[in-house]
Amino acid sequence: MNSVTPKQYQSASEIAGLVANRETSAVEILERHLNQIEEHEKDVNAFNLVTINEARAAAKETDKLIVEGGNVGPLAGVPIAIKDNLCTKGIPTTASSKILEGWKPPYDATVVRKLKEAGATIIGKTNLDEFAMGSSTENSAFGPTRNPHDLSCVPGGSSGGSAAAVAAGFAPIAIGSDTGGSIRQPAALCGVVGVKPTYGGVSRYGLLAFASSLDQVGPFATSVKDAAIVHEVIGGYDPLDSTSIKQAPNSFVNEIDQGVNKLKVGIISELMGGIDGITQEVIKQTNIAVSALSDAGAQVEEVSLPAALYCLSAYYLIAPAEASSNLSRYDGVRYGLRVDGANLKEMNVNTRTEGFGDEVKRRIMLGTYALSAGYYDAYYGKALKVRRLLAENFADLYKDYDVLLSPTSPCTAFKLGAKIDDPMTMYVNDVCTIPSNLVGHPAISIPFGSGKDGMPIGVQILAPPMNESVMYQVAHTLEKASQ
Amino acid sequence: MNQETFKDNWELIVGLEVHVELATQTKLFCGCLNQFGSEANTNVCPVCLGLPGSLPVVNETAVYYAMQLGRALHCSVNRSVFARKNYFYPDMPKDYQISQYDLPTNLNGYLELPTGEAVGIERAHIEEDTGKTTHIGTSGRISGSDYSLVDYNRAGIPLIEVVSKPEIRTIEQAKAYVSELRNIILALDISDAKMEEGSIRVDANVSVRENGEQNLRTRCEIKNVNSLKSLGRAIEYEANRHISLYGNGEYPKQETRHWDEDAGRTRSGRSKEDAEDYRYFTEPDLVPLNPSEETIAKIDQEMPELPSERRRKLANLTGVKSSDMTLLVERNHDAFALDAIEGGGEPEKVVKHLVNNLSSGLGALTPEALAQLIQMENNSEITSTQAKKVLGELVQRGGTPANLATELGFEAVGISDLENLVDQLINEHSDEWERFCSGDTKVQGFFVGQVMKSTSGQADGKVINQILNERSTAK
Repeated sequence: MNSVTPKQYQSASEIAGLVANRETSAVEILERHLNQIEEHEKDVNAFNLVTINEARAAAKETDKLIVEGGNVGPLAGVPIAIKDNLCTKGIPTTASSKILEGWKPPYDATVVRKLKEAGATIIGKTNLDEFAMGSSTENSAFGPTRNPHDLSCVPGGSSGGSAAAVAAGFAPIAIGSDTGGSIRQPAALCGVVGVKPTYGGVSRYGLLAFASSLDQVGPFATSVKDAAIVHEVIGGYDPLDSTSIKQAPNSFVNEIDQGVNKLKVGIISELMGGIDGITQEVIKQTNIAVSALSDAGAQVEEVSLPAALYCLSAYYLIAPAEASSNLSRYDGVRYGLRVDGANLKEMNVNTRTEGFGDEVKRRIMLGTYALSAGYYDAYYGKALKVRRLLAENFADLYKDYDVLLSPTSPCTAFKLGAKIDDPMTMYVNDVCTIPSNLVGHPAISIPFGSGKDGMPIGVQILAPPMNESVMYQVAHTLEKASQ
Repeated sequence: MNQETFKDNWELIVGLEVHVELATQTKLFCGCLNQFGSEANTNVCPVCLGLPGSLPVVNETAVYYAMQLGRALHCSVNRSVFARKNYFYPDMPKDYQISQYDLPTNLNGYLELPTGEAVGIERAHIEEDTGKTTHIGTSGRISGSDYSLVDYNRAGIPLIEVVSKPEIRTIEQAKAYVSELRNIILALDISDAKMEEGSIRVDANVSVRENGEQNLRTRCEIKNVNSLKSLGRAIEYEANRHISLYGNGEYPKQETRHWDEDAGRTRSGRSKEDAEDYRYFTEPDLVPLNPSEETIAKIDQEMPELPSERRRKLANLTGVKSSDMTLLVERNHDAFALDAIEGGGEPEKVVKHLVNNLSSGLGALTPEALAQLIQMENNSEITSTQAKKVLGELVQRGGTPANLATELGFEAVGISDLENLVDQLINEHSDEWERFCSGDTKVQGFFVGQVMKSTSGQADGKVINQILNERSTAK
């Protein structure tokens, strides 16, 4: 097994502390990470672009500010990798698609702006499944990303580049987006922490939309606390995103050590063998996590989430439907790729034929069909009903339970190429993560042991909307138990 | 509405879709200026250009304007939801239009025409405008053009689409509907409402059916109608086209057709093969609009007096038919009319002057001057022809009608002078006088003409007739 993971990770909070106290410099931290990238990126392919010059300039600026006694943020000097579907001003943003060839956004995503303001050093743009559609980061126009724990395996997806960048020690923090599990599943497969915040908790402004009602931006980190710190930085109301929640976010970090004593934890039985396809070793490892929580004082019970049975089907109607509309704008008229044709329609068709990969085309067709006159009620309309039913299921459970728990991914990282020709098998990778997206609730994946193959296994904690504090408490407890 | 025969045994059925560009400071979903006539692609940003990652944020003023119009049209204002209308066209930056579909802001109202008839309003919803495409090349249309230029300044400008029920039965009603809607919009001050600049755009759904028939037949949607006049012509052409198709045993097909002003005909637009399925679904980037009862109550409270009420009010005060007030109200001359009446002007004449003789504005004219002028007319101090001339001067220069009449040499011939003249004529022409007194009205003109001649036309014919009658009765 060919692994490139570092022996030890340095946490973001430690880096920020050292930089702020001038025990080290942002430049020094950056160069150390650039060295790691230099050494292993050719094997991992986590990045579409390493923004060396911009990063060096930003790190220098941070150091200068500190020397001048200026106010540095909580992420001073922390190198952060950004998924390449988040806009970065003046820096190519591709969504790992040929169709955005040459496009440089004239603005920063709100999340990117907030990270910069917090003193972070943006180190590069990470690879993803094209337009975040996939679970292996193999659907990229720029080649697949590999799992740093075993280079013959996928890192999961769609935020595989971000997960791999953190796992390979290229950056202590990376940002991803999660539409059906695109942060949590690769976090699980790469052995790092990944968070999908409450829908509306983190601004989507500047995130290239895949499925607008499901997309949410969140962090990857090597510890629960780091994830919570970054979450606090990027979260909060944004007037540029109408679906952004106006409520002031809680402080996640302050309450992270409160433990799980007396908390009620529900184990979702459907995801512990109730639904086919979840491997025994994953279930076994999840059960060990459950025992650990019980030992720490939590009340643990098995619960049922009946609508979970229909989530995958509902998701693969709703997400493609929204995608079919969101991706219409890539028509060759205004930006990105243009492949000429004899007339306007031909130009549109040629551009999209050449610019989009197979999986994107598949989903555009699925979604277009699901929304078509005569089919809407049978497909899209029904999927919306599942969504409402699921929300009722969750609301009922949260009357009695503080958090819910399940595996993150049905299996450990699989080999490159193993599932790419079978979309249905690939889609099942999201079965545990999709429910949270359909209802807009937060969830976190934390590494908890490994499988027979030595590859990481992740456990997922789900919490009620805008109640991430309790989610981080439980995750932090589990993290300590796993060490 | 009553059944009206359009032609032979055919009844005309029209429903109108009117797009109104709102005169907000900024666009519907971003902070770009909403301005007509700027240099191309200068009022644009990532949002209205639909750049990847951008998101819409609703302009609250636009929503408020939409609700105001809804209430003015007697609609219910509801919880509403934005929807995406999906189709590809280069002037639409996102290749979908944010509109409203099954849950529009305003539902089920009516518009009252000056005649008192009501036309049902199905809905009035909010949507964004598209950009503007110019096709360069010989044809001027997209097919066959060398290339096309797109200006996105208009993209994202707020529109309200007011959809009437198919209750319009005549061309006059169609025109009156649009001009009344325009007057309501102007009263609310929510749009420039200029048809020629495209801030009001009208599409007409036209069909015909035989008198007495209950079901609606196939309709065609006529686009590119840029004035009230062409609206009338387009409806007439299209209805006749349908009638002659039916007459030949053929049927019109449901389609969008474009009015060709120069050729005076409609032409088929998109062919059936390209028929669009817009795949409407809820816009996930926006949240529902949920106006509070207080907001709606506030809108009702602040509602300006609408043209129909103003017409009614004037009619009650003046005794002149409300439908005669249309132009007066359209020109915002109500207050002026009321002041002139208060100042002693005869109501009917005040209205008549305002409607017929003051179409190009009031200029320097004051209500008092108009009242005085009407009094002079009524006292026969000047003739109606002279009054018109004096009115023209009043508009141009102001002043009092008495001074202007003197200045123009319209010193009216006094009644006693006229009486003397008439008596002199009776003496000089006793034969004609006998004939007049025995009821021969033909000689009346002779006496009037003679008086006019000796007063160089300054005398008032009515007064002369009055004197003649007095003398003959006294005889």
